[in-house]
Amino acid sequence: MTALVEVKGLDKAFGGVHAVENVSFSVDAGQVYSVIGPNGAGKTTLFNLITGLYTPTGGEIRLNGETTNDLEPNQLAERGMCRTFQQMQICMNMTAIENVMLGRHLKLKSSLFTTLFRLPGLLRDEKSARQRAADLMEYVGCGDYLETEASAMSYGALKRLEIARALAADPKVILLDEPAAGLNAVETAALEQLIRRIADEGTTVMLVEHDMKLVMGISDHLLVLNYGRVLAEGTPSEIRNNPDVIAAYLGG
Amino acid sequence: MFSEFLQFLFTGVTIGATYALIALGFTLIYNASHVINFAQGEFLMIGGMATVSFMALGLPMPLAITLAVLLSGLMGVLLQRFAIAPAKKADVVTLIIITIGASIFIRGLAQLLWGKQYHVVPNFSSDEPIRILGAVMNTQSLWVLGIGTVVVVALVLFFTRTMIGKAILATSMNKQASRLVGIKTQFVLMLAFLVSALLGGIAGVVVAPITFTSYDIGIMLGLKGFVAAAIGGLGSGVGAVVGGLCLGIVEAMAAGYLSSDYKDAVAFSMILLVLFFMPRGLFGAKVVERV
Amino acid sequence: MFDQFMKVRLRGMIVLAIIVVVIPLFLTNPFQYDLATQILIVGGAVVGLNLLVGFAGQISLGHAGFFGLGAYFTGIMTGTYGWPAVPTLLLGAAVVGAIAWIVGRPILRLKGHYLSMATLAVGFIIAIIINNESQLTGGPDGMPVPALDLFGWELSSFGLYSFFGIEFDGYELWYFFAGLMLLLAVWLAQNLIDSPIGRGLRAVHGSEVAARVVGVDTAKYKSLVFVISAVYASITGSLYAHFQGFITPAVAGFDFSIILITMVVLGGMGSTYGVILGAAVLTLLPQVLADFQELEMVMFGLILMLTMIFMPKGLLPTLGSMAGKRFAKKTGGQP
Repeated sequence: MTALVEVKGLDKAFGGVHAVENVSFSVDAGQVYSVIGPNGAGKTTLFNLITGLYTPTGGEIRLNGETTNDLEPNQLAERGMCRTFQQMQICMNMTAIENVMLGRHLKLKSSLFTTLFRLPGLLRDEKSARQRAADLMEYVGCGDYLETEASAMSYGALKRLEIARALAADPKVILLDEPAAGLNAVETAALEQLIRRIADEGTTVMLVEHDMKLVMGISDHLLVLNYGRVLAEGTPSEIRNNPDVIAAYLGG
Repeated sequence: MFSEFLQFLFTGVTIGATYALIALGFTLIYNASHVINFAQGEFLMIGGMATVSFMALGLPMPLAITLAVLLSGLMGVLLQRFAIAPAKKADVVTLIIITIGASIFIRGLAQLLWGKQYHVVPNFSSDEPIRILGAVMNTQSLWVLGIGTVVVVALVLFFTRTMIGKAILATSMNKQASRLVGIKTQFVLMLAFLVSALLGGIAGVVVAPITFTSYDIGIMLGLKGFVAAAIGGLGSGVGAVVGGLCLGIVEAMAAGYLSSDYKDAVAFSMILLVLFFMPRGLFGAKVVERV
Repeated sequence: MFDQFMKVRLRGMIVLAIIVVVIPLFLTNPFQYDLATQILIVGGAVVGLNLLVGFAGQISLGHAGFFGLGAYFTGIMTGTYGWPAVPTLLLGAAVVGAIAWIVGRPILRLKGHYLSMATLAVGFIIAIIINNESQLTGGPDGMPVPALDLFGWELSSFGLYSFFGIEFDGYELWYFFAGLMLLLAVWLAQNLIDSPIGRGLRAVHGSEVAARVVGVDTAKYKSLVFVISAVYASITGSLYAHFQGFITPAVAGFDFSIILITMVVLGGMGSTYGVILGAAVLTLLPQVLADFQELEMVMFGLILMLTMIFMPKGLLPTLGSMAGKRFAKKTGGQP
């Protein structure tokens, strides 16, 4: 099996500060791969690098064998990578379903002419996009909010909405940045099920998460970061028994 | 040949120093509140026009000037209190429109008070120009440069040596944190508008004997100050000074060697050119997007 | 409630059409028709500008430049060179669109105030060129523009026309023609907003990061909407030139740029019908205030300031939500 996401010797410095330093790992297709570590360990920076929001200062990132260091986020989306954010990025000036339809953007190829004169091609596209978006909202569990303004939705519902949007592009790999942050126990349990379903249906999941119970329960592999470097890498049971990790996390 | 160049340079540096003062005013308000104040030019207009009026009342020039500058400062405080502060949560564009509304309002008041005609402010000292290497320099230019330098030095001292200055800087960097350490941010914002308006008033008075003054000179001067601030990089004090001087010199050279019809076009092309290659101006801070 | 009502595509357009048809009942002389027609034409320009400002969230302080380019392209080509009006108008739009695309690419990388600065500069440069190239443009004195020639059928404010035995004055016809054009402008704008492209644009405003990670090429979209709004300005500029019969550099000037963006913000950014209301208010306000003579400027500035301070979302959205709340209270329903 070839690696879907491959990171080699990755470096990112802001000024003189190395937020990510010499990080290497690879994620196989179909895995749930989690990145954990204390606050400020460079987890979100790592995700920003992988999804093209930041440009690495060193090292290499590959998606499906292609080097993606210099690609823009939208180009990575075209190659099947989608994500959510720790600080949710929802378009509050739109309705819920429009946010998810936005996620379908790459599948909709109507020309400007077709759009301006609202020709049948556009209407067909929009109808299918709306259907798909509604299905996805049902799938993530916010099917009751279709035409609700995003600004009027609860935090938990928005979290799920963002996942639906990321799924709308039919991605190969989806990156979830702290999806459980701010959720209660019931919501977290639902989230765990959702992530499992996404993975079971063949989408690779990369996860940054603080909720250890959740992470240990669903991950196939874990990467532990500390001060921007790799502290450990392995299966949940390997990580649980790794002395460095125990020292960093528990011994402190 | 050389004397001609020197002549243009003098003109450029003089007007550039004025632009620098306006740009500093922009920068101050921008730093403290992220508002682009389109009424900045009106502070200059008030400075010049009020000096004319106070002198017409028979006040000696230094007193007239002081009062005019203070009046300008008062205008800044009023602007912050009654137009900017109530609209805290407004969009950037909305704030811009508010300052444009304020600028039209102030201009309207000025027109009521002083009419539409041009007014003349006498030179601060001798009318006899100085000759240097074949070029002629108005003594008022020396006043502009001298006072400009004094103001810049005073500002540097204000921001590095006084508690109030440091408080303004701190607020511009992080509003929330400043509030936590006990800085009254609304008060600081008002101070920023006050200092900025005082700067504008001073600039308006010193340049008035060279350019004449009327109720509507504020628009173009204000815009030039904005251009200068953007060339230098919004928010940078050094940038404002350098941007102002650059703009003044380029404009004077363009007027002298190319065509005075196109001197403004050159100024605006310059800002485009700078922004094409340096999207944050010459000295603008690079900002890392956080997500 | 009210917003929801207006958002349903055809309903809003029908309301607008009814208003356009009903207004002439209150117009008594050519001067009033002239103002009303101006509102309709400039309304088209701000509907286009609103796509850029209200939906994509990009500020332009130089849009009159494009309006003026369209007006002068039409003036010079149909007037001086005798080109036919409609092809000239379309070619002008293409040229202005191309110019907007060329300057837009580097400009739109800029953020916030740098973008407003750059658009301001572009507008100024265009205005200065129009002012100074008097050989072509007549300079500050302006230039005459021939009446609008619609494929051999001339539409002139001063003409007399007769359809099915009913007599129409030229200025009345112009009014209805401009109304039709505005409806077309609104229809196209609505189609654009309510489409994948439109969602991409609104996402640039809502969360640019979100737009990028779902695959929206934000740079391309910003250029696209900049070009579209410039084309709107150019076409309405051309119409304005034909309608007025005479143009001066003021149509491209900074003051007019500010008026255009103020119409958008005052009427309500992101509300297509709101910005048309903005156009109406800002066109009529100076007429109303003219009675106050020297107080005109003071009052204009004051009204502008107060409206923006107390209704930062703009006239129509604010009034709409107020009406919505009232309605909800009366019927006991949800707002």
